[in-house]
Amino acid sequence: METVFSVLIGFFFAAAVYLMLSKHSVRILLGIAIFGNGVNLLLFTAGRLTREVPPIIPAGMDTLPATAANPLPQALILTAIVISFSFFAFLLVLTYRGYQELGTDNTDEMRFAEPKDEPLPPLGY
Amino acid sequence: MAAPTTAPIDLSAAYLMAPTALADWLVIAPIGLMILLGAVLMMVRHRLHLHGWIAIPGLAALVLLDGMLLWRVVHHGPFTMTAGRWLPPFGISFTADLFGALMAFVAAVVALAAGIYALRDIDASGRRYGFFPFLMLLMAGVTGAFLTGDIFNLYVWFEVLLISSFGLLILGSEREQVDGALKYAILNLLGTTLFLIAVGYLYAIFGTLNMADIARQAGDYHGTAPLMTLTALFVLAFAMKAAAFPVNFWLPASYHTPRIVVSALFGGLLTKVGVYALMRVMVMLFPLQREDLSLVIAVSAALSMVLGALGALAQSDLRRMAGFAVIAGIGNVMAGVAIGGPTGVSGAILYALHSIVTMTALYLLIGEAARVGGSWSLQTLGGIYRKAPWVAASAFVIFFATAGLPPFSGLWPKIVLLKAALDIGAWWLSASILFSAFILTLALGRVFLLAFWRPQPAGAAVTVTTGTVERSAPLVGLVAIIVFFGLFPELPVRLSQEAAIGLADPTAYIQSVFPTGGAE
Repeated sequence: METVFSVLIGFFFAAAVYLMLSKHSVRILLGIAIFGNGVNLLLFTAGRLTREVPPIIPAGMDTLPATAANPLPQALILTAIVISFSFFAFLLVLTYRGYQELGTDNTDEMRFAEPKDEPLPPLGY
Repeated sequence: MAAPTTAPIDLSAAYLMAPTALADWLVIAPIGLMILLGAVLMMVRHRLHLHGWIAIPGLAALVLLDGMLLWRVVHHGPFTMTAGRWLPPFGISFTADLFGALMAFVAAVVALAAGIYALRDIDASGRRYGFFPFLMLLMAGVTGAFLTGDIFNLYVWFEVLLISSFGLLILGSEREQVDGALKYAILNLLGTTLFLIAVGYLYAIFGTLNMADIARQAGDYHGTAPLMTLTALFVLAFAMKAAAFPVNFWLPASYHTPRIVVSALFGGLLTKVGVYALMRVMVMLFPLQREDLSLVIAVSAALSMVLGALGALAQSDLRRMAGFAVIAGIGNVMAGVAIGGPTGVSGAILYALHSIVTMTALYLLIGEAARVGGSWSLQTLGGIYRKAPWVAASAFVIFFATAGLPPFSGLWPKIVLLKAALDIGAWWLSASILFSAFILTLALGRVFLLAFWRPQPAGAAVTVTTGTVERSAPLVGLVAIIVFFGLFPELPVRLSQEAAIGLADPTAYIQSVFPTGGAE
């Protein structure tokens, strides 16, 4: 099960990197969304994937059986999902605003903060 | 592991039975205060006249609390507070050690200075869009990152300060700001996501997120677990946050776009959180892997220094020049991490402390220069020396400190770093420290020549706004700190040495988290 998930996460990361290398801000954004989900799956896999053993301490024992999935990564994912969702929402608005203000979604043409024709400092006075 | 049991469950093995001592609450008091004030300021968002009255005493209280924290750590060693009654490593711990407390204290001082400056620099619309609440939450994130003892918690604080920094960065919604913020937001989010991946691997290897627990186990896994992959990811993620070459390009693209006081806060604090995390993870948690990666870190450090200084030389916008000066400073801190050993790490800590104060002062100074000269650009600035001698005097001190010239605070960390680099025979690293300082001296000397000494160029329209005590007091205060610690460096040098020793040998840190040896 873990192997299948590892390959799947690999595909997620590959797709995310491919999209993030694009020049268009919407694609970069989609790449970030996939990247975040790949990370969540990675955390999930890190805590063992077993459906057979419920994380319940059996009678007469005082710890979980060693084969049970670790519940802590699932708590980590919950935190990470909340954070990445809010960041994605913010970035979505920022990108839209950027498209409105800058009139382009091509990162090559986004040169307002760093204009190409900015003069060098004066060589003397 | 799983053994049948008939004995009644002994809760004291899993729980903290004693209530947290009142004095231990001190470690989260600064963070709690900032979050509380952030919420209060958000509630009174539309009553603009109240903001300053709440925020400035709040930041003064933050300085006081961090000062008490530092005093306690200096005199009684690291201490820990664990939340939620679970014993560490299960409960989330906040641990103040000397390194974290020093950084938190200096950050608070700088934030107070910037907060006072903001009283005049941030107009009504900036306040209405929440400058002061964002500032409080940014400080909560920065202080939390410096004081937490749990690596996932560190990630959460990174996100707290990141989202507040987004808010501060686009305050004003100008075209340049939206452009800069897009690049800043995407690349920084990518950096923290890489950090999260590393945390996932870390948990898969160690089964714990508590830093003290990781520190005491890291040696056991040497050679049996993919620790190099893990630490390489950490280095990449934190280098991205710290803006070290070659992952630094978001910084010059964005740091000059917001209000100058926001740039001052970012230049002083945000990149330092990145180097703080780098040092915490590489020096304290994975010292063996740091040695293996030291060449990579050293090359990145040398290139950050040199290219940062050369970038500063090529800019005519003063704010962009300061951005490159920040990168050059980060290179110096990274050099200390690469050298390692008590001297190298103490040099890095000392440089980070110096850089927090000096970079904030540099940006505030540029704000004052622009107020007097009416422009950000070296093309049109001029005559500031005649119009405002006090600004020129502060510029003299801050420029010398940034370049590392005596007698100001920039000199001492550079001496420590140079000595450490020469001791291990890394002549090229010491050469690049000196070369970077030389180029920075040229770049800043030219600013002094053109903007301060040169008469105002003819035809430049200048609208000088009058100076106020809210603008000049923080600048003078920071300059006083720079001068004082340039002349009397014994205290910070000694503290940074002790902090470096505490980082390299975290016995006291582990002891404070696991006073009885801990739950196995």
